[in-house]
Amino acid sequence: MTDRVREFFEMGGYALYVWPAWGLALVILGGLALAAQRARRAARSALADVERT
Amino acid sequence: MNLHRFANPARFLRIARVVTPLAGWIAVATLLAGAVFGLVLSPPDYQQSETVRIMYVHVPSAWLALQSYIAMALAAAVALVWKHPLADLFVKAAAPVGAGFTLLCLITGSFWGRPTWGAWWVWDARLTSMLVLLFLYVGYMALAGAFDDEERGHRAGAVLVLTGIVDVPIVKFSVEWWNTLHQPTSVFRLGGPTIASEMLWPLGLMVVGFTAFFVWIVCVRLETELLHRKIRARLENTPA
Repeated sequence: MTDRVREFFEMGGYALYVWPAWGLALVILGGLALAAQRARRAARSALADVERT
Repeated sequence: MNLHRFANPARFLRIARVVTPLAGWIAVATLLAGAVFGLVLSPPDYQQSETVRIMYVHVPSAWLALQSYIAMALAAAVALVWKHPLADLFVKAAAPVGAGFTLLCLITGSFWGRPTWGAWWVWDARLTSMLVLLFLYVGYMALAGAFDDEERGHRAGAVLVLTGIVDVPIVKFSVEWWNTLHQPTSVFRLGGPTIASEMLWPLGLMVVGFTAFFVWIVCVRLETELLHRKIRARLENTPA
């Protein structure tokens, strides 16, 4: 089992190319998603503040 | 008061309440499934070996980079001609997402090119026109944000986006018009795809996932823009 796991992470010797590519996809899509959600949350609470006054 | 300006955003918000969570969950499900198929279940390629797995993020990001630009150009035309109140905001909402896809496409391509071609980068027509696409996205964002008057920024940006559409057919057909190092298309071509079905599965899932992600994030960003607009309207109407 551990051998198969290691083999999976080694990616046939191309680990240094395959993992950064997928990692970057996670970083870019995840970063965009988090930023968009955070901005929406901030705008919602700002609107609530304005409406309260 | 110009009421029609608020009619359409209200309808958008009603539709978005359904579409946004739906697209979000489709994106999560298909991207996870695509990662499992792409990284674990699909076989290595007989020539590219395990580097073929980079294609499952490279190809969807390339397609979505072009699709978002085409959508932005259509919206820019609508904004300039009909002054639709949501069109400008759509362009603004989509730009950083398209830029993200383009950057992802370029860098993942680099990580594939290095072991396969022996070079991180070559100045062939496909790669160069894709780099131009990145500059168009970034140029739009810089230009649209450079005006104190938001409307003028949107208008200048829309003209830039429309002008830049010439790059899209160049990206698409560069592999046919010139002798590029980048290979020609292997999925949507006459005679059907030339890649094995075990590899079409993860690719298809990732394309659906990227598309759903785009729909989701543009809805979220559009809603945020509309909230800002509402806040500004409130502040202008209440005397300090």
